[in-house]
Amino acid sequence: MSAEISKGIKEIKFALLSPDEIRKMSAVKVITPDTYDDDGYPIEKGLMDLAMGTIEPGLKCKTCGGKVDTCPGHFGHIELALPVIHIGFTKEIYSILNATCANCGRIRLNEEAIKEYKERINAIKSKLVDVEYDDIVSEAESEASDISICPYCHFENRKITLEKPTTFREEGRKLTPKEIRERFEKILDDDLVLLGLEPGVARPEWMILTVFPVPPVNVRPTITLETGERSEDDLTHKLVDIIRINQRLRENRDQGSPQLIIEDLWELLQYHATTYFDNQTPGVPPAKHRSGRSLKTLVQRLKGKEGRFRSNLSGKRVNFSARTVISPEPFLSVNQVGVPIKAARELTVTETVTEHNIEKIKEMIRNSVNADESSEYRPAVNYVIKEDNKRMKVTDKNANELADKLQLGWKVERQLQDGDIVLFNRQPSLHRMSMMAHEVKVLPYRTFRFNVAVCTPYNADFDGDEMNLHVLQSQEARAEAEILMKVQENFLSPRFGGPIMGAIHDHITAMFLLTFRNRKIPKELGIHILSYVNVDKLPPVHKDDKGREYFLGREIFSAILPEGVNITFKGKINDKTIDPDGTEGLVIIKDSKLISGAIDENAVGTMKGILLDYIIRKYGNARAAKFLDDVTRLAAGVISYIGFSTGIDDEDVPLQAKAQLREVGLEAVRRVEKLIENYKEGLIGPEPGKTLEDTLESLIMKELSKAREKSSEIASNYLGIENSTVKMAKSGARANMTNLAQMAGIIGQQSIRGKRQHRGYTGRTLSHFKKGDLGAYARGFVTSSYKEGLKPTEYFFHAVGGREGLVDTAVRTSRSGYMQRRLINALEDLKVSEERSVVDTEESIIQLVYGEDGVDPSRSFGGKSVDVEFVLKEKFGDKYGGEKQ
Amino acid sequence: MGKYNILKHELVPAHELLSKEEEEELLQNLGIKREQLPKIRKSDPVIKILEEKYGPIEPGRIIKIIRNNSRTSGIYIVYRMVVGE
Repeated sequence: MSAEISKGIKEIKFALLSPDEIRKMSAVKVITPDTYDDDGYPIEKGLMDLAMGTIEPGLKCKTCGGKVDTCPGHFGHIELALPVIHIGFTKEIYSILNATCANCGRIRLNEEAIKEYKERINAIKSKLVDVEYDDIVSEAESEASDISICPYCHFENRKITLEKPTTFREEGRKLTPKEIRERFEKILDDDLVLLGLEPGVARPEWMILTVFPVPPVNVRPTITLETGERSEDDLTHKLVDIIRINQRLRENRDQGSPQLIIEDLWELLQYHATTYFDNQTPGVPPAKHRSGRSLKTLVQRLKGKEGRFRSNLSGKRVNFSARTVISPEPFLSVNQVGVPIKAARELTVTETVTEHNIEKIKEMIRNSVNADESSEYRPAVNYVIKEDNKRMKVTDKNANELADKLQLGWKVERQLQDGDIVLFNRQPSLHRMSMMAHEVKVLPYRTFRFNVAVCTPYNADFDGDEMNLHVLQSQEARAEAEILMKVQENFLSPRFGGPIMGAIHDHITAMFLLTFRNRKIPKELGIHILSYVNVDKLPPVHKDDKGREYFLGREIFSAILPEGVNITFKGKINDKTIDPDGTEGLVIIKDSKLISGAIDENAVGTMKGILLDYIIRKYGNARAAKFLDDVTRLAAGVISYIGFSTGIDDEDVPLQAKAQLREVGLEAVRRVEKLIENYKEGLIGPEPGKTLEDTLESLIMKELSKAREKSSEIASNYLGIENSTVKMAKSGARANMTNLAQMAGIIGQQSIRGKRQHRGYTGRTLSHFKKGDLGAYARGFVTSSYKEGLKPTEYFFHAVGGREGLVDTAVRTSRSGYMQRRLINALEDLKVSEERSVVDTEESIIQLVYGEDGVDPSRSFGGKSVDVEFVLKEKFGDKYGGEKQ
Repeated sequence: MGKYNILKHELVPAHELLSKEEEEELLQNLGIKREQLPKIRKSDPVIKILEEKYGPIEPGRIIKIIRNNSRTSGIYIVYRMVVGE
């Protein structure tokens, strides 16, 4: 990779093309609007003239003699019968017309003013700040346009207006491009700086086209369809139009046709010239293809997401990558990724043949014969590359021959096999865990699959998400990825120094089902469940008084713990009604035996898993990965054999509770009415810092939120732990008690920006209420539950509140995305030096000690450098009682 | 309003001027060149106050700033080189 740089770009200058220059660079004067003759040979002096290059193999360019691959293409030109305005310069033409004298062509400023402006321009010249120069130019132009009487020839200039897109009028009279051009020709070179033009490379009259450049044919190639039909490029179509009208215009002019006809044709030529440059000019109907599709002309080629810049120049595509839909697979390790056979056969790794692998590679080449027909996946070879870098595709026919011929030092492009290291990525890549290294596991079907514990860092779900996969090509890249990017190396988040991966949803539910109240599991069932994980020793078998054998849930869970786990922590369960003596909420693990407590979100969940965190720190990433894999498998077993389901009847509450809930709603409404009454009678005084109205509002809000809390309380009283939804909420698997209360009890106040709903019609939110009604119902309080359904007014309020949430997320993502982009651009090349200081590319110090404390958060304990408790407990065991006990 | 010593304000961390010997020692310890340090302008209000105490401070001198509000390490010390303007 050490190609010599032959030429460097020092500066780029923008200038106008003069008619002479256009003629000079032209290889041919195009006069016929036709392209090819009946034999398909380019017509001379036509739009496909061979002098402008060739796109057909076999034909040679008339200008340079090159063939398709060597000829760079050459411009041609069209001589316009009458000048037309270049649509890209209308603004400039307009301001120059108004700043200069129509009679003598001087800028309408006196000598002094000119001198002053020139001095200012000279002063900033060295600084190269274009913005300032533009400011001075527009200032000069606006000053000049305010002066109507020319200071030099005392001609009285009239105001010129621009009628979009291309018509200029001088007090109503239309100015033809020809007249404008004649005026511009009179402008002195000396005055040009003040008009924003550089003398020598730009003249104002060049903004009016008299000669039209015709781009080389390879810019607008003819496409030949399978049917043999030829189809011209949009630009060629447009040029045909221009030439046709130009010809008619010339004929009519030369014959001395009526002015009206000439003007019409001239206008038409202007239209074609305009749409040739920009087919989306405001005020100009876009030129259409026969089919009705609007033409893609010059500006359309460059502009926007699909334009040359964003799509072709900034957008890069990579090889050795694949993209498909993702789906979950609990039997894969967190470190693995399931790759469909179809993709694995397409993706390759380049390997050099050595004496150590030659036999294996020979076998792989032979695998290529009828590879798709073998029942199991065997990696084959797609290409063999000889020493002279000659690539040979391996086919069914030549595979055996190539395998025999294989020599040391050759290279082969081998298909993906189990254990290959690949990068796996989901967009948007918001943090470094969005791209991690996985080991390949080739699987049937068509989706990428992975362990659901890695959903969190990728922020992925399986409602149709797609992900990208990149195959690493060099040994160094593979080593680096394995050390730095592997999933298990990213368990601890650099954001908060805790585990970012862990059990989610059903896995938490399953662990909870298994360990809550130490569930007894019949022996047979337990064996099935345990068959999901690899354990060396079965948990002890117990017998009940009827002689039935069973396992204990906590003992099954203990089977997947590493040796020597000693930890005590609080679980998520913290509820006296379901856990009166507090043993479920207090997790105690001694010598890797779960003695008390239910395993829930606080033990193994993402971001919170205390037990998970402990295992990562004490046993390292590899053991933690094994533990997570086991949790996943065990969870799959538990939930399949014990069974778990939820439905709408989970939110059923007894009639008695329903009555209570209704009463809570009504009571709240009554209390609000009472408050309003008091307010009207003047019994409420303002709270400090609030108006009387605000005080009333806050009192009402307090009352209404109290009502929701009360309903939540009633609902939870009737929904016990035997209820599936409650199990999920309490264990932290999904949802929370508020969601349940809203389904069973009262939905509560719908708010806009933290306030009760108040906008809509004058004085009221909806036409269902009286003006000035401040009551609970009139301001968005919903007493229905999701289960029984909402009343019409409630439904509208709910929709309003929901919409606010949607808008907020939309606004938030775009805003925070931009903020992050700016931060990344500002910080991208800072690094931590060997002295642990933060330095920039010039080695200037930004921070003497990284983070002021020198701690890498992803190797810290929740941001702290050392977990003293952990160290003491590990060292002294039971002798150290801990701070809390 | 009378002149107020902003260094006495609770939100302004303590600033000190290093002696020439201390400067040498510091640069030696950090193993860096003077120019690599973060900068502080001579026109900074704090420099004005320090000049009253130490006399004129020419560009190139080093100021020690002792912050005691670091959220990670509590006390955190930075050094800044005085630059012109």
